[in-house]
Amino acid sequence: MLDVTAEAAVIEARGLNLTFHTNDGPVHALKDVDLTIRKGEFVSFIGPSGCGKTTLLRAIADLEHPTGGSLTVNGMSPEAARKARAYGYVFQAAGLYPWRTIEGNVRLPLQIMGYSRAEQAERARKVLELVELSGFERKFPWQLSGGMQQRASIARALAFDADILLMDEPFGALDEIVRDRLNEELLKLWARTGKTIGFVTHSIPEAVYLSTKIVVMSPRPGRITDVIDSTLPAGRPLEIRDSPEFIAIAHRVREGLRAGYDDN
Amino acid sequence: MSRSLPVLTVTAVLIALWYLAVIPMNATWEYDQARRAGSELPFAEMVARTMAQERPVLPAPHQVVIGLYEQTVGCDAVGRRMCRETTPLTVQGFGQRVAAAFTSNRSLIYHAGVTLSATMLGFLIGTGGGILLAIGIVYNRAMDASVMPWAIASQTIPIIALAPMIIVVLNSVGISGLVPKAIIAAYLSFFPVVVGMVKGLRSPDAMQMDQMKTWSATGGQVFARLRLPMSMPYLFASLKIGIAAALVGTIVGELPIQQGGLGVRLLSGSYYGQTIQIWAALFAAAILAAALVGIVGLIERRVLARMGMKR
Repeated sequence: MLDVTAEAAVIEARGLNLTFHTNDGPVHALKDVDLTIRKGEFVSFIGPSGCGKTTLLRAIADLEHPTGGSLTVNGMSPEAARKARAYGYVFQAAGLYPWRTIEGNVRLPLQIMGYSRAEQAERARKVLELVELSGFERKFPWQLSGGMQQRASIARALAFDADILLMDEPFGALDEIVRDRLNEELLKLWARTGKTIGFVTHSIPEAVYLSTKIVVMSPRPGRITDVIDSTLPAGRPLEIRDSPEFIAIAHRVREGLRAGYDDN
Repeated sequence: MSRSLPVLTVTAVLIALWYLAVIPMNATWEYDQARRAGSELPFAEMVARTMAQERPVLPAPHQVVIGLYEQTVGCDAVGRRMCRETTPLTVQGFGQRVAAAFTSNRSLIYHAGVTLSATMLGFLIGTGGGILLAIGIVYNRAMDASVMPWAIASQTIPIIALAPMIIVVLNSVGISGLVPKAIIAAYLSFFPVVVGMVKGLRSPDAMQMDQMKTWSATGGQVFARLRLPMSMPYLFASLKIGIAAALVGTIVGELPIQQGGLGVRLLSGSYYGQTIQIWAALFAAAILAAALVGIVGLIERRVLARMGMKR
């Protein structure tokens, strides 16, 4: 496994609080969250719904605004980091525009960011190759399967070469078989690009299989109950999920989730 | 093709019902005539006569069709000389008659042209204004709160009451002719466009807006790349209603102006009890409306197909 402790911190949260004010009173989506994500790590956020895992990811992406504590991305405020194109964000739904081809969809952020036409074409070609969608440039989204659409949306998030990839349950709507394949491909992609990845999921096997670090969270208030550094090797075939090591980590995640519930 | 059979069936049923309705509607007149003449009127004779009156209460379908022909390229419509020159009618002669019908103010084709020009101008003004208002409503909180109630209120005033006032006011500032009619048409057609475009421009969901934010897109980029394309299906649905409404508005505007158009034909027909003329003008208006809506539908299909929204 790669040694990341020596790498610089990319995302750093200290005493992070985020409270939503609703008609039913305040909701503590995040409470006193401390977290350090270093360059090149693959970090999964796992927990039941309402534990704040998505909120945390959205706060990193400057889509939510913390009400207390500090949060830095690449040493900047989340807003500055967003404007500096520090991250690509993959949502649960592929969210491809039906009136654009696959290539047109991948070009969309590049057009918005003002890349030249030649640069757009070159980058689109490269990232589509990376997610193995070469040859589908001219297809419209509805002509692709759900898994392929989500791959296109990952390509779109990678197109402008951000160092951080934030993924919010990107494979949650896909069936198990497609999901396994995409997980495998995502690991390969991560190995090839060396991106820092934040990955929200509610699947224990998915979190253990993918991550170098698993952040276990629990609800009411949303907080971190355990941070597990994976001892699995970097090269991970799908069969690793039957190894005792894998099962031991999965067990610890499950314990962490249960502990979070018992507190309530 | 599979759709034509039910459509034709319904049409046939409607025509049959129409013919049936003609008999009691026009029978009173025939029985009155017979009583005055002191003669017996057998039933079959009465039925035949109800189908051929000069000023029937309800003209029979074939009378309307013949009326439509006579008042577009018939002898009355194109003038006696053109009529003589092209009788017996050849294909070439028919073409000459059609050409003459475009300039003869006795032809429904000429009047349809007058109506069409004001309709198109009004439709353009109404659509443009409607889209601008919708953009204002979507982007400006004050407009969002204030414009919609006025837009709705504007549509509750009967246009027939408003049209003469618009014409008088515009005339007093020196605007007459095509523009007042077009403005009345625009008054009716902007509303569906506003409603449709507001809905369309707001159709991107929270995730799509968040996605744009992650790319730090500007407001203009969000509009051009996301809101506007997403509103296209809504826009076209509105345009179909809007263009039909513009036609109605133009016809209403033509009533007080009396400078040609299908509205004038409708009104003069009713002045002189020319029911066949009224029905012919009515059908001309209906055909025009169907053609306009059809053209918008055709453009819609092509645009949405190119945008990958219709499979």
